[in-house]
Amino acid sequence: MAKQVPKEYYQLLQEIQEVDFVLVELNLYLDTHPDDYDAIEQFNNYSQTSRELKNNFEQQFGPLMGFGASYSNYPFNWGNTPWPWQV
Amino acid sequence: MWYYEKKLQYPVKVTECNPMLAKFLIEQYGGADGELSAALRYLNQRYTIPDKVIGLLTDIGTEEFAHLEMIATMVYKLTKDASPEQMKAAGLGAHYASHERALYYENAGGSPWTATYITAKGDPIADLYEDIAAEEKARATYQWIINLSDDPDLNDSLKFLREREIIHSLRFQEAVEILKEERDSKKIY
Amino acid sequence: MSTNFKYWEPYISPFDPCPPIRVKVYSTPPNLYMTFQPTGMRQYKTAKEALQHGTLWPELFSPYPDSPKRGELDG
Repeated sequence: MAKQVPKEYYQLLQEIQEVDFVLVELNLYLDTHPDDYDAIEQFNNYSQTSRELKNNFEQQFGPLMGFGASYSNYPFNWGNTPWPWQV
Repeated sequence: MWYYEKKLQYPVKVTECNPMLAKFLIEQYGGADGELSAALRYLNQRYTIPDKVIGLLTDIGTEEFAHLEMIATMVYKLTKDASPEQMKAAGLGAHYASHERALYYENAGGSPWTATYITAKGDPIADLYEDIAAEEKARATYQWIINLSDDPDLNDSLKFLREREIIHSLRFQEAVEILKEERDSKKIY
Repeated sequence: MSTNFKYWEPYISPFDPCPPIRVKVYSTPPNLYMTFQPTGMRQYKTAKEALQHGTLWPELFSPYPDSPKRGELDG
């Protein structure tokens, strides 16, 4: 049986889900409100936070994104469990 | 192209092993107003829609794939360790005979997904009104599934998905407003 | 602010086989009342709250199901 992920995995992942959700919401909003300066500023701030959270998560639990959008460890650990539907 | 990200958009938790809920949920996987239909509808329409709203169709279409993955996760968890007897008792005997526990793009009645579920009229207003209607129908489907389900964790995720339909519907309404706007007139909010 | 549910009373026949549901309900979420979202709408205070509600803006949140005590027609 594969090792289960620690509690921290869920906590860190949820923080990423929260920040990325705001980014999805703002992105759709900006698609129809391209001139909203404040929303763009908020979008860029959240984008920065998302990157920081993901860097931290990936150092502990491996890459979040494929095709080179995340760095790999050695050995190549993109395919490691758990996948999102398994946790 | 697309990048896969190894995370769900919203956490999916399921309280109990209940394959009957999986049978209902599959409506949002491979049904007419389900997430697969939604994603393919928007991503297909964007090639011929005016430039001003291509971004919106691309982004909502992409978010629908995240929702498809959430539904798949629910179905997977609800049936992962169910016995053939449990599957049969849940009305999934015919599904089990053909697919065992594999997911399949079908609706709650077992009919396979078909491209006839989605329209591409080529007329931007007709297409966007179709999209608004699709979002309202998907919202209604989530309501009916929530009514059928007594799993609090599952319902939490379903309420999230229902709310997303509302936001998408609003954005498509806004897209119509953008396209119907008279040239050279200033936008007034 | 708009209400999220509307109620109506269907005709009841003495020959209806099931016990009648006297008041029927349907959803009328906030997007129906907003043609174009205004700028600067109030947001949830935290990203966590936004995720939990499925939207960044409280005014666009639509609860479901209806609260149980609202079985009767308003007024």
